[in-house]
Amino acid sequence: MSKELIRLRDLTMEFDGERVLDGINLYINDHEFLTLLGPSGCGKTTTLRIIGGFLTPTSGTVTFDGQRINDVPPYQRQINTVFQRYALFPHMNVFDNIAFGLRVAKVPKEEVNQRVNQMLETVSLKGYGHRSISALSGGQQQRVAIARALINRPKVLLLDEPLGALDLRLRKDMQNELKRIQQAMGITFIYVTHDQEEALSMSDTVVVMDKGRIQQIGRPEDIYNEPKNAFVADFIGESNILDGVMLSDYKVRFFGRTFDCVDKGFAPNESVDVVIRPEDIDIVPPDGGHLVGEVTGITFKGLNYDIIVDFKGFKWLIQTTDYHGVGESIGIRLNPEDIHIMHKSEYSGMFGDYSSYSAEYDELAEGADDEAE
Amino acid sequence: MMRRNKTVLLSVPYILWMVAFTLIPLGVVGYYALTDPDTGAFTWGNLQALGTYLPVFGESIAYSVVSALICLVLGYPVAYFIAQRGPVAQKLLYMLVMLPMCMSFLLRTLAWVALLQDTGIINQILQALGIGQMKLIRTPGAVVLGMVYNYLPYMILPLYAILVKMDNRLIEAAEDLGCTPVQTFLRVILPLSMPGIVSGITMVFVPAVSTFYISQKLGGADTVLIGDVIERLFKQGDNANLGAALSLLLMVLVLVCTGLMNRLTGSDGEDVVVV
Repeated sequence: MSKELIRLRDLTMEFDGERVLDGINLYINDHEFLTLLGPSGCGKTTTLRIIGGFLTPTSGTVTFDGQRINDVPPYQRQINTVFQRYALFPHMNVFDNIAFGLRVAKVPKEEVNQRVNQMLETVSLKGYGHRSISALSGGQQQRVAIARALINRPKVLLLDEPLGALDLRLRKDMQNELKRIQQAMGITFIYVTHDQEEALSMSDTVVVMDKGRIQQIGRPEDIYNEPKNAFVADFIGESNILDGVMLSDYKVRFFGRTFDCVDKGFAPNESVDVVIRPEDIDIVPPDGGHLVGEVTGITFKGLNYDIIVDFKGFKWLIQTTDYHGVGESIGIRLNPEDIHIMHKSEYSGMFGDYSSYSAEYDELAEGADDEAE
Repeated sequence: MMRRNKTVLLSVPYILWMVAFTLIPLGVVGYYALTDPDTGAFTWGNLQALGTYLPVFGESIAYSVVSALICLVLGYPVAYFIAQRGPVAQKLLYMLVMLPMCMSFLLRTLAWVALLQDTGIINQILQALGIGQMKLIRTPGAVVLGMVYNYLPYMILPLYAILVKMDNRLIEAAEDLGCTPVQTFLRVILPLSMPGIVSGITMVFVPAVSTFYISQKLGGADTVLIGDVIERLFKQGDNANLGAALSLLLMVLVLVCTGLMNRLTGSDGEDVVVV
């Protein structure tokens, strides 16, 4: 990709002695769409606010275009922000909100008019200039917030869960819209979200964070296919995570059976976490399978069924388009490229077991996500 | 319908109170204002005589406006400071602002007399320092000082109430869009605190314009405010009817002023644009 624009070096942040960022090292390239992804409280918003200049890190440096900017106030940075829940000025109409940055910069009046009108068109709000902010829907407010930031032609746009307050359908539309705007205007986007699907579908680079630390940085495909630890594997989509032993390169043993895999470079007989994605598993008749288990639950998901299968007391989640009733005995086959091996980490044993899984539980978890800021 | 009837029932005590102690007295004031002091017959005479008091009205308004503006200039930074503190400090500072109000208004004003008079504490200190005695009491400045001192909390409280609710992200958004701290204040914080400014000015102006005690105790012989005139007309038994007419005019004046202030900022304060 292109040249490096922002670099965070050994960044730590403490609030009242509590460490919320712990040694963040990250660089962001010009024109990149980078997403900070993690559960609430992982430090992603704090990182964004440090880049925006609203917080000064406890230690470490932030550089922009090679210059240290730790102590540069927000109004002197070539960075603009789309705030969580928009933060539009309630005492101004749509036009004045969008024109705000240009007027502060003392741009001539005709140019302000021309650029605001053009921007209104870009975000599909032509003719809305005189509306008051409170008369807009959530999606419209969201587009005003984006327009208000973009009109200043920043080098970097920071977006803090910008789609969090929108309903699913609108969110999908806006995802495409944001991606289109980012490519058309050639601006670096740094995007914060807790929605892994959003992160995977929009980003050039995904940074997965938890407990104030970066867990993994990579392209969406790499993050999904080669998660570094159990946390990433679980957070990025569903995963069955099993204890295994790496016998030698390309040979892993779990469930009392040796499988071929595509990973190497582990110590002989190293204990590892084995990740198997629910959609990668092939279901076969019981007599032809590597493993045989019994279906204990099934949920219709639209595109597929989620079935829970008991293999010797360990429950797996498998996604299949075919119906398999509760109590049915099925066999599974695992291809070498569907078996992902990870080093043991502090997260080992915390995720990837579907024993307690139920549709109800899933809904509860999603509800909790929505409530989190 | 049932619900509505019940709520009406709940407000009956207050309505009775209002009728007994506000509406009926108001009617009495109106009656006095429109009757002759000697004959008791209907007359426009009292209202026609008001013209001679216009200079006094002018002076009262001038003192009140100056006091309200000084209160605004002094009170805004204090309110802003309090609103920025942590929850515990906020409560403490709020209490401190309220504290003088726990003392009698008369006592507070008398305390200023003790401080300012020719042989008062301040002048004793000045003399001890060799600066010499200064004329502090019975000056227009002393009247303004008394008004500002007594009514400053009425300015701070509504300002604090609006500033503490201000969304910090709006301030961040302004900074993000290129505003220096001063620009942020002028373009976002100040316009958004307009409702607080208006109610603060109103709450200082209204009691200040009708006060009499402050001007009597701290002002000179030439400082006669409308409140003083009304008090004299009633208490010294001169002409309660003329006093009633003056009271009516004062009330109209206050209503017009508050109405104008509210109009100026829009009813909900959201239409204010300062560029």
